[in-house]
Amino acid sequence: MNKTTQTYPIGSVQDFLLQIGRVVIAGNVELAVFRTSDGAIYALENRSPHPKGGPLAEGIVSGHFLYDPLYDWKIDLRTGEVQAPDQGIVMTYPVSLVGDIVTVSL
Amino acid sequence: MTTIREKLVLVGNGMAGIGTIEQILKLGGAYDITVFGSEPHPNYNRIMLSYVLEGSKTLNDIILNDWNWYEDNNITLHTGTMVTRIDEGSKQVVTDSGMLVPYDKVIIATGSNSFILPVPGSDKEGVVGFRDISDCDAMLAAAKQYNKAAVIGGGLLGLEAAKGLVNLGMDVTVVHLMEDLMERQLDRNASSMLQAELERQGVKFSMGKQTVELSGEQRVSGLCFSDGSTLAADFVVMAVGIKPNVTLAKDSGISVNRGIVVDDYLQTSMQNIYSIGECAEHRGMCYGLVAPLFEQGMVLAKHLCGSDTKPYEGSIVSTKLKISGVDVFSAGEFLDSPEHTVISSKDEWKRTYKKILLKNNVIVGAVLFGDVTESANLQKLVKQGAVMTDEIYTEVMGTGCCGGGAKKSTSVEAMADEEIVCGCNGVTKKAIVDAVTEHGFTTVDEIKACTGATRSCGGCKPVVEQILQFVLGDSFQQAAKQGICGCTTLSRDEIVAEITAKGLKTTKEVMNVLGWKQEEGCSKCRPAINYYLGMMNPDTYQDEKESRFVNERMGANIQKDGTYTVIPRMYGGVTTPEDLKKIADVSLKYDVKVVKVTGGQRLDLIGVKKEDLPKVWEELDMPSGYGYAKSLRTVKTCVGSQFCRFGTQDSLGMGALIERKYERLDFPAKFKIAVNGCPRNCAESCTKDIGIVGNDGGWEVFIGGNGGIKPRIADSFCKIKTDEELIEVCSAVMQYYRETGNYLERTSEWVERMGLERIQMVILNNEDNRKELAARIDFALTQVTDPWKKMLNDSSTRAALFEETRV
Repeated sequence: MNKTTQTYPIGSVQDFLLQIGRVVIAGNVELAVFRTSDGAIYALENRSPHPKGGPLAEGIVSGHFLYDPLYDWKIDLRTGEVQAPDQGIVMTYPVSLVGDIVTVSL
Repeated sequence: MTTIREKLVLVGNGMAGIGTIEQILKLGGAYDITVFGSEPHPNYNRIMLSYVLEGSKTLNDIILNDWNWYEDNNITLHTGTMVTRIDEGSKQVVTDSGMLVPYDKVIIATGSNSFILPVPGSDKEGVVGFRDISDCDAMLAAAKQYNKAAVIGGGLLGLEAAKGLVNLGMDVTVVHLMEDLMERQLDRNASSMLQAELERQGVKFSMGKQTVELSGEQRVSGLCFSDGSTLAADFVVMAVGIKPNVTLAKDSGISVNRGIVVDDYLQTSMQNIYSIGECAEHRGMCYGLVAPLFEQGMVLAKHLCGSDTKPYEGSIVSTKLKISGVDVFSAGEFLDSPEHTVISSKDEWKRTYKKILLKNNVIVGAVLFGDVTESANLQKLVKQGAVMTDEIYTEVMGTGCCGGGAKKSTSVEAMADEEIVCGCNGVTKKAIVDAVTEHGFTTVDEIKACTGATRSCGGCKPVVEQILQFVLGDSFQQAAKQGICGCTTLSRDEIVAEITAKGLKTTKEVMNVLGWKQEEGCSKCRPAINYYLGMMNPDTYQDEKESRFVNERMGANIQKDGTYTVIPRMYGGVTTPEDLKKIADVSLKYDVKVVKVTGGQRLDLIGVKKEDLPKVWEELDMPSGYGYAKSLRTVKTCVGSQFCRFGTQDSLGMGALIERKYERLDFPAKFKIAVNGCPRNCAESCTKDIGIVGNDGGWEVFIGGNGGIKPRIADSFCKIKTDEELIEVCSAVMQYYRETGNYLERTSEWVERMGLERIQMVILNNEDNRKELAARIDFALTQVTDPWKKMLNDSSTRAALFEETRV
């Protein structure tokens, strides 16, 4: 994976409601972006690792975990890891704040 | 290491035999093991068959050892094979398929068969026992084809079979020789309460009847009784008792009485041949329950592995009925006699009954009905032969108010290591203590995952908790009782009480103050707490979007591909050509994949893209039909007196009025209503949360119907003369359900949990109470607004929820 990383500004912090995911399409990747109650922002690929797929953005957020909206899988927003007893991983992308502008690197 | 392993052959692939093998493996017993089973399945939990029958579990759920388990432990398994003889001379077992398998030791665990009454006609088609999966399948198949069932035998198994068949929609009569149900486990008081409860649940009874013949041609068509009366039935379940399966032992020349005779080390009359479980007879006793089998298996496993063990000296039996919503328990002696001291309390309002029998102050037996929280505790006290003290009395006869006082741990301390705690899975106290000390476990769930204790019926949970408390001492924070989810040990009622007492205002506050394990809760408790807070403070609570499930947050149902469905209101299932035209135009414009007529008489636009939702709502300009919510969905109606020649009441008008009045309000679960203009009931009131049937002179109200996963026919609640009274009763029922229902609990479950009479008492026999409930729902209704309009007027939330940012 020696692709050059590209950084996209995706909006200001206020665009992301606390604990409510938002869909962002950056380049050719569809992201689900979450702002947790401690102010951290996470970007994951907006696709459940469940065999039937489906989006993640509308899930319930608790701490730095997400309960996916279709199958209730518990996913760690920091690593993308699906929690036991289910298994899988979601692609995560680094997020940074420049002032109050949120950027994501793909 | 050139030791040759001894060959152990197990005949019978059931819970008793495999339980013993599991113990042998745990003890590191070095045997080459071969297992023969006559059924085509791996070892499954026979005591859970009742749950398979009633539909709450599947066959897969009750498998205890799957195929891999045999493979992983190098066990040779032959299913669908019967062992016909044990040849002592050549030390081989012989099978019906002609196999000869050499042995050093044999365990016979062939269990028992249903005892089929030896009456003429008992061999007819449509007569089955209730012992195994194939019997279960026969019942499931019969329920699809036939309607009238008779269950002969009013014992544990018969009642579980009968309730299962009722759930499957059959008309079921239990025929019992005696005047009291379960007379071998219960006294007259508990029996009659049990019968009343089961009658409420739809089981019919024919007591004191001796069946002398099964009539019919090839298939059974009825029963004839000794008093000359008859009963029609095209399906008969024999549940009069079990017969130890001793054929193999008999044919091999082993001593047999009623069962296969064994000594205190489970050895039969033949050298190296052992027997355990329902087929064995120990000191004149054949046991038909699961706990003794594990106690026997434990002794036998140790004996076969050469470990030190106390001999098996018999078991004290206890019984629990496995019917959802009927709690019965008995242990030890249960019939009063002059030599007993009797402690009893009967509460006909709460429908509970508790009796404890003492002999010279020693606790020798107990019967519980309706509230079995103390069952595990009493079982232990009976087993230990504990002496009654003031302390124990308070504990077991206490009012059980919240707080519960200080739970004791002395009794588990006195428990022997070998004692079986979990009868369903044969887990000993020692196994649980080891799990705690070796793995540092601190919760019942961890114990469950590691040892299997509490996995099946859950009856041993209190004891497992006490063992945790005993081992962990002060570091065991609180009894890990079943909370509403894994984040808390508090029940719904405790949480609601705390919210009131402490004036808690937000989900965060609730979780923080009440010590949630996961600070911000989970997908189970957040929506629940959000509902409770809104229900309790309809005017001041700020609904939390982030605590709503996706569908309620988005105001539409998410589909598996991430598109949504839109269902506008169609009050009482009535629309107009103008509205239909609008729906058609919008569907075309936004490329809706399917327009579907729903079960609730309205239209569903399926496959709307998320970002199009607000535009679709705006252009439809119709109120949300709440097809996604735990709220009033739709009011189904028939044509009624406006047009129908049979109509006695205006169901169209009443349906639309009710739908307009109660729409948008949150409930514990989705809520469906039907209104019918006459008793023909074309809008199917029987499967609705509230069903209303008009007649010439008023209305009849039904509640607690459900057509979903566990169908339930609604109960008749009351008859009413005027429309005003009808609205008042509906209001009161809905508000009482809102205030007492568990989140996600449908009224079908709620009515069974609360009891129909109690709901009638609260609402019908108490006018003040009814009016207060109605006033409270009216106040809550003044607070609701249309979610689609609200979203259209809130551009920043709308953008955050529905619009995609593209960069």
